[in-house]
Amino acid sequence: MNAQIAAILTMDGVATGAIYVLMALGFVLIFSVTRIVFVPFGDIAAFTALTLAALESRQFPGTVGLVAVLAVAATAMELFAILRARSFARIPRALFFYLVLPLLPAGVMGFVSGATLNAPLRIIVTVALILPIAPLLDRIVFRPIADASVLLLLIVSVALHFALSGMGLIFFGPEGVRTQSLTDFSVTAAGVPISGESILIVVAAAIFCLLLFLFFEFTIQGKALQATAMNRTGARLMGIRPAHAGTVAFLLGSAMAAISGVLIAPVNTIFYDSGFIIGLKAFVGAIIGGLVSFPLTAAGSLFVGVLESFAAFESSPFKEVTVFSLLIPVLLWRSYTLLQPEEDGEE
Amino acid sequence: MGLLAIENLSVSYGKVEAIRNVSLKVEAGEIVTVIGPNGAGKTTLLMTIIGLLPCRGRILFNGEDITGLDTERRVEMGFGLVPERRELFAEMSVYDNLLLGAFSRRDGTAAVRRSIDEVFDRFPRLRERRNQNAGTLSGGERQMLAFARALMSKPTLLMLDEPSLGLAPLIVKEVFRIIPFLRDLGVSILLIEQNARSALETANYGYVMETGEIVRQGLASELIHDPQLIATYLGGQERAH
Ligand SMILES: Nc1ncnc2c1ncn2[C@@H]1O[C@H](COP(=O)(O)OP(=O)(O)OP(=O)(O)O)[C@@H](O)[C@H]1O
Ligand SMILES: [Mg+2]
Repeated sequence: MNAQIAAILTMDGVATGAIYVLMALGFVLIFSVTRIVFVPFGDIAAFTALTLAALESRQFPGTVGLVAVLAVAATAMELFAILRARSFARIPRALFFYLVLPLLPAGVMGFVSGATLNAPLRIIVTVALILPIAPLLDRIVFRPIADASVLLLLIVSVALHFALSGMGLIFFGPEGVRTQSLTDFSVTAAGVPISGESILIVVAAAIFCLLLFLFFEFTIQGKALQATAMNRTGARLMGIRPAHAGTVAFLLGSAMAAISGVLIAPVNTIFYDSGFIIGLKAFVGAIIGGLVSFPLTAAGSLFVGVLESFAAFESSPFKEVTVFSLLIPVLLWRSYTLLQPEEDGEE
Repeated sequence: MGLLAIENLSVSYGKVEAIRNVSLKVEAGEIVTVIGPNGAGKTTLLMTIIGLLPCRGRILFNGEDITGLDTERRVEMGFGLVPERRELFAEMSVYDNLLLGAFSRRDGTAAVRRSIDEVFDRFPRLRERRNQNAGTLSGGERQMLAFARALMSKPTLLMLDEPSLGLAPLIVKEVFRIIPFLRDLGVSILLIEQNARSALETANYGYVMETGEIVRQGLASELIHDPQLIATYLGGQERAH
């Protein structure tokens, strides 16, 4: 391997890593607010890619069916809870948030799916369609067991992943897709060709990380989310609803997943079940950040991307093995450095 | 009618009953104190009033039955609690903790900023530490922050769970100066204190709680001279005037 190849591999790795960064930040966001390791995270990204591909080939995306099923189930559960509590005044609000709002993009889709949309519009419609999935799953699956242990939530989360990828097969079919490139621009710097696609990925990832950071640091909603993550009882005493904070976390987290899906769709072939492995790699990045630290998570995910890129060059069949073997030393290191200080905390 | 009325409240942790048949009232503009030994159920009582624990019995606020409402709704209605464990946001700055104290308010950022300034005037120590993380404050500073944060929501009923716990005597004095001051601003107060004498000196009305039950109640000015209470809670002999 010479310096030029190393540079190309690094560039490639940084671009892949940037996608993992987005996903891993979404992971950490959802985990810290809700204590749920959201395993179906990668599925959300894969479904985004599949939806985008369907729109490109002017087909009706299966996502609409998926969202409709989830919205109806969530609405039924919400109505049941309302009827039991006899607080009928909440019915219109529940109908709006659990039925009308999630199905709105799906309704729009009914009109536009036959038409030719330009790329930015396709992306916007796709993300709007995908966004309700995670909050609806939260309402259906996790809200009823919100007080369960982290382990139980994780087990349910794994089960949910398998259910979702089953539904993915039903709604999207078994074919793999790859969407059109977002740009065919490219430059050469110091003899190393850099594709516009890579630049776009890195820039987009950086922008969304920055937006997330600004949201957390400078808005009261962002601070309320942090507060919920740090101390649920304290947050409730301020009038912050953990369930509401959870919905916002799922919404933002799945926005990050959807954007990764949009970015990865032109560079990787995506199947209905491709999400799992992508999500798992982002998860390694999140573990490096201890599932709490955003900067460490970002650094860890970039590292995973670069490592994967070099591993793929050295020996393609072993690239997954290399990445996941990394988990072992990282977990050991984490368990030594993280567990001690938490014990003498106030909790 | 009373601002807060509690009727036959019972609370259990599993099979253990921590509070039995407690009834209690707080009139608007009043300071009411509940005193009692460790493990009497005082903290449990406040946690139940704010809606963090399920209970039997009724809780009325301004005559309205709020027993079925959740904590967040009660906070929006004007309940405030400084909990025994303070429950601060440890990795956030003092300023952000105060800002979140005003989360339930709907009167705009400018008003909230003004309130933070007022709170800083009252606790200059917090102003000095405004950018420091709450988790790195000293025990006393943390107490102050918890108190200040509860004030930020502009509660109509403020419940204090041992606000003077672990504070230096000078700061304790300050706390007992603020409580009547708040009352004069129209905040009603339900106060729990180990320091029974200061509590009864400040309060209008007092309850004595033992093993989950109210065993004695009366005007604070009368309780403070009750020989039996003096023997158990007020440190032996009555203070000479
Ligand atoms: N989470 C819990 N699970 C089981 N029992 C509990 C729990 N919390 C409190 N108790 C019990 O309920 C009783 C009342 O506790 P509580 O904290 O209300 O007392 P307290 O009057 O506030 O005491 P202190 O003055 O020491 O703060 C105690 O016997 C305590 O052991
Ligand atoms: Mg107590």
